[in-house]
Amino acid sequence: MDFFSTLYYRTKKVLKSLKMYLAIAGPGLVVMIADNDAGGITTYAATGAKYGYHLIWFLLLLIPVAYYVQEMTVRLGAVTKRGHAEAIFESFGAFWGWFSLLDLMVVDWLTLVTEFVGMTSALNIFGVPPWLTVAGVIGLMGIIVLNGRYWTWEKIALGFCLLNLVYVPAAFMVNPSVKEILGNGLIPNLPGGLNNDLFFLLMANIGTTIAPWMLFFQQSSVVDKGLHEKDIKMGKADTLFGAIITVFVAIFIVVVTGTLLHGVPIDDAATAARMLMNMNHFTGALLAIGLFDAGLLGAICISLASSWAFGEIFGWAHSLNTNVKQAPWFYASYFFTLITAGIVPLIPGAPLVLITLFVQVIAVTLLPAALVFLILLLNDKKTMGEYANTPMQNWITGGIVVAIIILSTMYGVSAIFPNLFK
Amino acid sequence: MRIFTQFSEKIREINARYAKPKVEMSPAIKFSLTGLRIYLLVLVVLLLYKFITLIPAGN
Repeated sequence: MDFFSTLYYRTKKVLKSLKMYLAIAGPGLVVMIADNDAGGITTYAATGAKYGYHLIWFLLLLIPVAYYVQEMTVRLGAVTKRGHAEAIFESFGAFWGWFSLLDLMVVDWLTLVTEFVGMTSALNIFGVPPWLTVAGVIGLMGIIVLNGRYWTWEKIALGFCLLNLVYVPAAFMVNPSVKEILGNGLIPNLPGGLNNDLFFLLMANIGTTIAPWMLFFQQSSVVDKGLHEKDIKMGKADTLFGAIITVFVAIFIVVVTGTLLHGVPIDDAATAARMLMNMNHFTGALLAIGLFDAGLLGAICISLASSWAFGEIFGWAHSLNTNVKQAPWFYASYFFTLITAGIVPLIPGAPLVLITLFVQVIAVTLLPAALVFLILLLNDKKTMGEYANTPMQNWITGGIVVAIIILSTMYGVSAIFPNLFK
Repeated sequence: MRIFTQFSEKIREINARYAKPKVEMSPAIKFSLTGLRIYLLVLVVLLLYKFITLIPAGN
């Protein structure tokens, strides 16, 4: 009898925790999975095609990096009830505030262009003309945000997150060698030594796993959702879960291209999908569907990150819980960013591959600035109280920032002296 | 024209509102912000150089 009562009590407790998690879940999962955007899929596909399974260990390292960086925005948002842009303006003054806002605006817009590039090229594989994809996506995204409820927007976004898992069956369909994945992928190694190509790809992988827009997005999302201090624990679990999923999806993409396209130069994920279709039709089709979904999810989040940030600073109403009449500037900036970015892939001769690759690197170069502000904000004990960074958290996040600064600087130096690492 | 005037007024208002940083400027924070300025200046110049030299090459 005791056994059954204990079992009943424990099951009830687990169900209660699960129910609580499902209520809080959203910002962390959405931001992490949206992180596997069109540019990200291209980066992972190129990583697998160029280095096979050899860089899987590096992707695994990015789980704690992504988690430790993003969980800080959960604490900051839940405690201050302010978005990231507003927090920087208020704490560090107008100069750094404008710098962060303009930085966010430029990187977001460029990233949004890459999302449209990914979506148009993905649907082009199925014969859909680019103009129709752009028009359809803008229309769909309009419907998603104009419903006037954060909750509905979040659940739709989570639905698109589920579609991101198409890479899992795709990886199983190509019959990879588990022995080779474990043998080559899990032991840290730098295939061919540290040269410019490898370095560029490592930087691009970091850039696609943690990006400035993610900090702004998740903090604003936590505020818009109305999370409080008591929700921080679940918010952190949500972020960890998202970090694990995003890296595992990335690994599955590397496995697909590493198995079938190893040694083939890949410029973008759509090219990889086309090549794969010739070898294994369904795998190629899944890669193309996943690429479209990734672009859409990225676009949904990135355009919102900018609009939230502008709303915070300019004092406009800036919540998904408002309608167009209540927050005209919020929705105007959202659609302005979306439409202008959507037009770029339709311009004949636009340097799209260059933009796609550079946006990842520019993002990772500007990331240290965003991370330094984040750490300084999390150390403001007057505002954060018991939720301020502990010395251990400062060591971990400080280490991550230093590592990124070193990598960024090395990239900068290699830009001037291209033969330095050859 | 009116919209631009309103916009510049708004920016002035924002600059005035956030003129004084709220965070206490300890030596560690001053050091971090100065380091950040130097770092950004150097990297932005390097990246612009790279970008400008790549475009005419048609890469």
